[in-house]
Amino acid sequence: MVLNIFTDIHNLLLEYMSEEATHITELILIAAAYLGIFAILGLLLVWLERRVAGFFQLRLGPNRVGPFGLFQTIADALKLVSKELTGTVKADSQLYRIAPYFVITTALMSLALIPFSQEIQAFDINIGLFFLTSVSSIGVIGIFLAGWASNNKYSLIGGMRTGIQMISYELSVGMAIVTMVVLAGTLQISEIIELQKDGWFIFQGHIPAVIAFMIFMIAGTAESNRVPFDLVEAESELGAGFHTEYSGMNFAYYFLAEFVNMFIIASIAVVLFFGGWLSPFGITDAIPFAGLFWFTIKVIGVIFLFMWFRWTFPRFRIDQLLTLEWKYLLPINMVNIVLMALMVWLGLTL
Amino acid sequence: MSYFSDIINGTKTLITGMRITGKYFFVNLFTRKDVITQQYPDNIDTLKMFDRFRGEITLYHNENNEHKCDACTLCVSACPNGSLEVFGDKKPDPETGKNKRYLVKHIYHLEMCTMCGLCIEACPQDALEWGQDYHHVQYDRSKLTKVLNKPGSKLMSGIKG
Ligand code: SF4
Ligand code: SF4
Repeated sequence: MVLNIFTDIHNLLLEYMSEEATHITELILIAAAYLGIFAILGLLLVWLERRVAGFFQLRLGPNRVGPFGLFQTIADALKLVSKELTGTVKADSQLYRIAPYFVITTALMSLALIPFSQEIQAFDINIGLFFLTSVSSIGVIGIFLAGWASNNKYSLIGGMRTGIQMISYELSVGMAIVTMVVLAGTLQISEIIELQKDGWFIFQGHIPAVIAFMIFMIAGTAESNRVPFDLVEAESELGAGFHTEYSGMNFAYYFLAEFVNMFIIASIAVVLFFGGWLSPFGITDAIPFAGLFWFTIKVIGVIFLFMWFRWTFPRFRIDQLLTLEWKYLLPINMVNIVLMALMVWLGLTL
Repeated sequence: MSYFSDIINGTKTLITGMRITGKYFFVNLFTRKDVITQQYPDNIDTLKMFDRFRGEITLYHNENNEHKCDACTLCVSACPNGSLEVFGDKKPDPETGKNKRYLVKHIYHLEMCTMCGLCIEACPQDALEWGQDYHHVQYDRSKLTKVLNKPGSKLMSGIKG
């Protein structure tokens, strides 16, 4: 059904324009749609986070603006839009201004690869997962630049910590993904999901897959700079870390990008371990929009796990952070890859 | 092998923590039983503060309109902010014929009180106690100055002056 709408638009455009012009117009339309998704996702997730945090802390959370407080984050966003963009005198103004765009651009680029359902995926290349991991590591540059260009010691410390944290934990995320790629035998996201038709990978790969999932969740939390790995922001020690000097919309970009990154990591987890948009046991395979439904449910489940971590665990110290990565996660991960390879070789997967 | 036991211990304690917060979350999501948020202006009629809430200083009166204050002014000296003023007078006691001190006015400036509770601790007769009223908003500052002893009240019998 969705496909029909897409082909209708395609034909409509073809009537008025040449082939190339149609192609470019379609790309622009899709980009606009994804910008919309970005904003809506960010706002919804911020609302969800605050509501969930409320329940975890025996509070109610925002519940005044709109039904269940749904419009609270929209009101907040409007407030941020209307605010003045301030900056420091000694900041490196060019870098300072472009830094937020690195973060949102990478978040948007990764968003393009997310398969919301069988039909809705903007960009499905054969090296999908590889592309995703490499693109999302560019986001660090935005945070790094922000920390450097603000000319503020707190920002600089935040930026430095980002460097340490991201480089360390990117390894774990990457290797957890490699473990699953060993099982899948492909990097293309749509194919990975197809392969899970007769059992999600977390069941197909059982023990090593579960270990890989746990490592992915830990390293993914670190990648999205969330508590307990929020040393980059660390309100109580660094003000707000790398975005201390940002105000108004520039701050909102970082804020939204953080939540969209969490969504992306949750989506990768869903694609790799829980069968993406596939329904459990294929019960609703015939219904056209069911894929979107199942994907959303699963992603919200994983995001809820992230939130559960956030409102339970206290923040790491920087040395503990590095110990966890280099002495625990990385060795376990390496052994796990070998284990998975052995299982695939001996045909022990389910 | 402390390496592996560390991992197992760590995982165990993390799960313990998550179980506790998870219980909070799901209980509140479905029942709102433990929520401590007061939706203030909405429940203004039903909201009742807990017993140990420090709302204001009050002078205890029993059902015969008798209080325990003999106007010794120790609470006045104890208050770091000068929020209390006690006016006493003397008159002959009908039983013994000696002069006895009695309370005329116990004045309390709520606007200057920090709810430190030192006056309550200082009072030798336990005459003062916490009130749970929290609704102190006034348009005029002078309305925050209160007289604590009720009109026509007298000293409880058995209290030495
Ligand atoms: S509570 Fe403290 S500040 Fe208030 S009247 Fe008593 S002693 Fe003074
Ligand atoms: S309230 Fe207590 S301390 Fe204050 S004057 Fe009366 S008896 Fe003395």
